[in-house]
Amino acid sequence: MKKSTERARHQGDVFESIGRKLAAMTSGGSRRGWLLMFAFFALLSLIFLYTIMLVFTVGVGMLGINIPVAWGFPIINVVWWIGIGHAGTLISAILLLLRQGWRAPISRFAEAMTLFAAGIAGMMPIIHLGRPWFFYWLVPYPATMGVWPQWRSPLVWDFFAIATYITVSLLFWYLGLVPDLGSMRDRAKTKLGRRIYGVFALGWRGAASHWRRYQTAYLLIAGLATPLVVSVHSVIALDFAVTLVPGYHSQVFPPYFVAGALFSGFAMVLTLTIPMRRIFRLYDLITSDHLEVMAKIMLAAGLVVIYGYVIEYFLIWYDGDEYHIYLAFNRMFGPYAPYFWGMMFINVLLTQSLWFPKVRRSAGILFAVAVVLNVGMWLERYVIVIISTNRDFLPSSWNTSFGTWVDWSMLLGSLGLFFALFLLFIRAVPAISIFEEKELEYEHEHEESGRS
Amino acid sequence: MSEQRLHGYLLEFADVEDLLEAARHVVGIGYRDVEAFTPFPVHELEDVLPPCSNPIAFWVLVGGLLGGLLGYGIQYYSAVIDYPYLVGGKPMHAWPAFIPVTFELTVLFGAFGAFLASIFANGLPQLHHPIFAAEDFDLASRDRFFLLIEACDKLFDAQRTRTQLENVKASQLHSVDLEES
Repeated sequence: MKKSTERARHQGDVFESIGRKLAAMTSGGSRRGWLLMFAFFALLSLIFLYTIMLVFTVGVGMLGINIPVAWGFPIINVVWWIGIGHAGTLISAILLLLRQGWRAPISRFAEAMTLFAAGIAGMMPIIHLGRPWFFYWLVPYPATMGVWPQWRSPLVWDFFAIATYITVSLLFWYLGLVPDLGSMRDRAKTKLGRRIYGVFALGWRGAASHWRRYQTAYLLIAGLATPLVVSVHSVIALDFAVTLVPGYHSQVFPPYFVAGALFSGFAMVLTLTIPMRRIFRLYDLITSDHLEVMAKIMLAAGLVVIYGYVIEYFLIWYDGDEYHIYLAFNRMFGPYAPYFWGMMFINVLLTQSLWFPKVRRSAGILFAVAVVLNVGMWLERYVIVIISTNRDFLPSSWNTSFGTWVDWSMLLGSLGLFFALFLLFIRAVPAISIFEEKELEYEHEHEESGRS
Repeated sequence: MSEQRLHGYLLEFADVEDLLEAARHVVGIGYRDVEAFTPFPVHELEDVLPPCSNPIAFWVLVGGLLGGLLGYGIQYYSAVIDYPYLVGGKPMHAWPAFIPVTFELTVLFGAFGAFLASIFANGLPQLHHPIFAAEDFDLASRDRFFLLIEACDKLFDAQRTRTQLENVKASQLHSVDLEES
């Protein structure tokens, strides 16, 4: 009898301390530090806004695109940003289905990362349009002109894929938040906080029957999101693969793009996790085991990416097409050679450092590697998008286009917007799922008591 | 008079095992309108409490089928019936090209089915509920576990039920009142 009371007190203490710690993240850390970081990234997002305004008012001539390089930075950025988003879905959906308990502390903010990255990615093709105000022509609606979208075009598939991805990610993220919003409502110290969290918690009471339906829904959305995430990057790869341009027209693209997405996505998850872990002192929730597992997944995805490179150049050699062979030559020794060798150095060589447990388990080194791998994956998209078109079939139409200051500022600004949104997210809702952590703790304790 | 104003009795526990034991006991007596409230999902409760309806999977199927049919239908209608035009010598009914959009809309509508069904089947959004007025209930999302025996249960009797529940090992017993309208 006495033992059970002790156990109860201990259990309650553990749950309460988890809840308190995670809920406190919304107001914890250094207020000044947060403000400074937010101000910095908010300024960068103003640059993003400014460059968009420039492109919208002056025209796409502000970007470094011209025939034959018609696809420039915005397209690189779509592929890069949406790829980053994919790791969030992998963590929250696929690892949930695979019952990987270690995903619990990182799933919520990885999902938020997905949401913001996919949102920024969704803006990029619109910025790229010559007449962005007509982007809704991709939507099938009974137009007065009587025309419909061209269904045989991957660009239309792309619109549906990205729009579905953003919407489903939002639903999944919000559904996962509802119980924690209820928790925030019950903890809120001010009436206003209680009301705001209360409205978004929809009146969540934590009833057993509610939990049951809730978990079924969560699991089923995870099941739907799993093929979705594969389809989204495959469809984006088809935007390239369906054309006849050497360097775009390749059968290996869909799986190679998906692997690249996971690779860069995990790099971004680590880029966010490691500073957050340090700032909020989450060492007991996000341990070096977590970092190591993520690094291992990154290594596996990176090896698939390297395999993709090998196959790509093997096929170029094997089909012997002179345009394809020239493409390989142009990539390695042409005007953009530094981009190509930079990509190779980072994605092929630097990735190998992840074989060493010391790298995988040391937060500082892993953070540096992850940041550089993000750059490497951006370079990969640069190599694909730009170095394929600049020297096509006719030497008379060759042209070399480099990104303008607008291009670079837009990329920088999009990063600013991403981090600014992420900082707001950390302040608004618990960045780590409170109820999942408690459930994990309970199951863990249960197992232990079962064993003894 | 006071019986009508009662929503039910609420037992408070500090420990999952005590909650499970009490739930088994109460359901064993024959109560059917019993509900537990926990800060995180406790799967053992599914075997203890009376079964509840779970229509989520059905609505995901409905949503998925609806989305798929809508996606394929709109492509077929627009490309074959309403405005057929030839591109690259491909057939009007180019079904492989219609698959991606059909797939995406299946997923989109299926996910909406799961999301909306889970909210509406749970009777949410419902910002106001008598149980929120119960003492200590704000701890239900933190570290306490609750068991509610609703007054609408056939066996419920304000006096008798109370005596029965006083025998249960719980840290506290609260009565939950219906608000006066």
